[in-house]
Amino acid sequence: MAQSSRAADGFVSIPALLKRNASEFGGRPAYREKEFGIWQSWTWAEAEKEIESLALGLINLGVEEGDFIAIIGRNRPHFYWTFVAAQSVGAIPVPLYQDAAAEEMAYVMAHCGARFAVVEDQEQVDKVIEIQDELHQFEHMIYVDPRGLRKYDHHKLHIFADVQEQGRAAYWEFIEDLKARREKLDYDSICVMLYTSGTTGKPKGVVLSNRNIIESSRSSAEFDDLTRREEVLAYLPMAWVGDFIFSVGQAYWCGFCVNCPESPDTMQTDLREIGPTYYFAPPRVFETQLTNVMIRMEDAGRLKKWLFDVFMAHARKVGPAILDGKPVGLWDRARYALGNLVIYGPLKDTLGFSRVRVGYTAGEAIGPEIFEFYRSLGINLKQLYGQTEASVFITLQPDGEVRNDTVGVAAPGVELKIDDTGEVYYRSPGVFEYYYRNEESTAKTKDADGWVATGDAGFFEEDTGHLRIIDRAKDVGKMADGSLFAPKYVENKLKFFPNILEAVAFGDGREQCTAFINIDLNAVGNWAERNNIGYASYQELAGHPKVLDMMQDHVEEVNRSLAEDSMLSACQIHRFVVLHKELDADDGEITRTRKVRRNIVADKYADIIEALYDGSKEISTTTEVTYEDGRKGSISATLEIRDAKVVPVESRKVAAE
Amino acid sequence: MNEMTGDSYVTEDGRTIGGVVMEMKNITLRFGGVVAIKDISFDIRQGEIRAIIGPNGAGKSSMLNVISGFYKPQEGEVWYLGEKRPPMKPYQVARQGIARTFQNIALFEGMSVLDNVMTGRIRHMEAGLLAQAAWKGKAEAEEVANREAVEKIIDFLEIQHIRKTPVGRLPYGLKKRVELARALAAEPSILLLDEPMAGMNVEEKEDMSRFVLDVNDEFGTTIALIEHDMGVVMDLSDRVVVMDYGKKIGDGTPDEVRTNQDVIDAYLGVAHD
Repeated sequence: MAQSSRAADGFVSIPALLKRNASEFGGRPAYREKEFGIWQSWTWAEAEKEIESLALGLINLGVEEGDFIAIIGRNRPHFYWTFVAAQSVGAIPVPLYQDAAAEEMAYVMAHCGARFAVVEDQEQVDKVIEIQDELHQFEHMIYVDPRGLRKYDHHKLHIFADVQEQGRAAYWEFIEDLKARREKLDYDSICVMLYTSGTTGKPKGVVLSNRNIIESSRSSAEFDDLTRREEVLAYLPMAWVGDFIFSVGQAYWCGFCVNCPESPDTMQTDLREIGPTYYFAPPRVFETQLTNVMIRMEDAGRLKKWLFDVFMAHARKVGPAILDGKPVGLWDRARYALGNLVIYGPLKDTLGFSRVRVGYTAGEAIGPEIFEFYRSLGINLKQLYGQTEASVFITLQPDGEVRNDTVGVAAPGVELKIDDTGEVYYRSPGVFEYYYRNEESTAKTKDADGWVATGDAGFFEEDTGHLRIIDRAKDVGKMADGSLFAPKYVENKLKFFPNILEAVAFGDGREQCTAFINIDLNAVGNWAERNNIGYASYQELAGHPKVLDMMQDHVEEVNRSLAEDSMLSACQIHRFVVLHKELDADDGEITRTRKVRRNIVADKYADIIEALYDGSKEISTTTEVTYEDGRKGSISATLEIRDAKVVPVESRKVAAE
Repeated sequence: MNEMTGDSYVTEDGRTIGGVVMEMKNITLRFGGVVAIKDISFDIRQGEIRAIIGPNGAGKSSMLNVISGFYKPQEGEVWYLGEKRPPMKPYQVARQGIARTFQNIALFEGMSVLDNVMTGRIRHMEAGLLAQAAWKGKAEAEEVANREAVEKIIDFLEIQHIRKTPVGRLPYGLKKRVELARALAAEPSILLLDEPMAGMNVEEKEDMSRFVLDVNDEFGTTIALIEHDMGVVMDLSDRVVVMDYGKKIGDGTPDEVRTNQDVIDAYLGVAHD
């Protein structure tokens, strides 16, 4: 691409890229948001004006260079403008998860000493007011949606549009100051600070420079030939590094349009209306969509169901090969084309994937059936492996080399190595600067030569050179007989069943491996409806004998597949229990990005784990739950513990690679 | 501060409550020999949330039906905006700017949420049947304006995701919200809510309370509501009328009503001696 040659030509900050986009193709769309049922749009030239007036407004409010500005809200153009306006005035944007509880926010905002916050609505304003007293440096709050806020004390509270208005009014007063601040930005200036979700301990503030973000965005955009004509839908949390790279880094580098949904609940409709060409979703989203398709097909008429089954079987056979450009017979191609006309095309349209050219999934392992389903429809879904500390990209799957069980080859500019304990290390221009106010962790994670420990254990496949990730390095343990225990690997195999939402495996230092299972209420509930099984609550459904039978089948199938893997055959599940409640981020059992917090789960359910190992048939337990508004309650239940068949394998000791 | 005068006053949470917009004077309603409402008088002030409470069969819904013009009281007068209201049909009352929701939801089940809410705009449509069918000129402009108003309400009540869903497919709590949307679409000056939280769980009740407060706050709509849930009533309303066996046994702020001995007796029962 022509743009790549200009990498070093002074485009060393996001505001500089904004200026380039607005002057080179100012008439192209930069942002769209659906409001009042209509897609509103802003061109690059209009976006530049919005951002400039906001930046002037921020100076007017007293934002200094080096200040931190917290951003709390769902994906809306206003918050993306805030990112760039903050950068323009030399401040550092810090996006927060908008569904975080007030005390979680208090920690982060106190840690970075934010003086300003730009938030969405009354809900967020209330949360910040609640924690305000703990925040000594905090001064002003700006909100976007004025509903319900009219009566609030407005000494330190401002409406977003008013701040922009005041900025425009004070144009001549501050424009020189703004220009000077913008000029000062270089490759080493801080672009953004993102807090990691933290499966253990307190969140850490990852400081990413303009170099990190722009270099990563440039090389990954070149890898997939992204252009200014891409359309993306921004719906993933703004506090997550992926959204920052896709909706800010790559969007500004390439100059493509970021589309914001009307509300979180309308995401599916909006996706269909926009028809993105470049799409990212965690495996969970693909999984939910597939489950919905399957549920609806169960309710479809006979002819439709038959057509769907016949053509999907054909697609599974030849679809991925056609996508990869491998040789496929003429007759098969003709049948695939017919299928495209009657099934695949309409289905892709319904799902909103008609135009997807490049699709990525990451964050968790994706089930083979799910992955194959989308690829067989002709959707170029690939996997990547990344981290906040790497500005996302560590490995990527090149077109034509896509597989379910690997995460691909090193991304452009990334060096990889694996140490003798099996942990994966990387070094790249995207490697973060440091953890904010946490030198100890910085030194532990990043060595003097710039190598960063991923915390994941993995190995390179010999014939392809692709990286395979087994598990978190610290979670990989040894069973009592010394064989390898990789809980996440086992859990993922369980979670590949649509009926299982979450699983937690235990076995480190033990004789046997056991597991907790959470049913997927959607899938199991639908199954119960079809089979005339009545239930009044989640708890009752989860404890139903037929549901337990179904889970037992799933566990035993996982055991059979584990037995085939020479390294992990000892991880077969001997006993399991279906939990009476979903693991929930509000209870601290999983992170906001839905990763299991093992220690907390192990602590909280110690009685159940004990019962899994002492041979008892059932266990009565009481569990504390936290409601969305922070109140506590408790539920009690008697849970049945089941034994699962295991495939006998000669036990052998395996040393880590 | 909280005295019953015609002047406006400001509540503790900073809202301005205006003068009397509607006054019921000595209303008596009979069905044959049954006296549903007996000589009841009370008023509703501009911008307030006024609740009517009472045990089952106290005559609350009858009272609401008198206000909405569905029942015609045998005795007494209804005064609206300083004028005595002549006997009216419900649609005439609706045209005066009094909208309502129903205890057991009365929506068009086969129509989408959007179409249902659009029906609430009927008093803002002037184009004739033929003009609307041809969809030219004024009819088109009118529909665009009405659609805009409806979209703002859809946004306000956070029902964007079900905009195109047929009402029949919605769960109960959402139907209640759609009904509120339709009533709001009429841009009423008085909104009558007949048990807006009936049959809801705690979370849905909290949501609905939030919306009622926001409607009052954002649009300045005067709201008269009937509700069973005492907690909700006491939290939401500025003033409460308490009815029992068709009679008014209390009237005042939630705190006054709460300590009124007659009210306590009516709700908790009284020992017969």
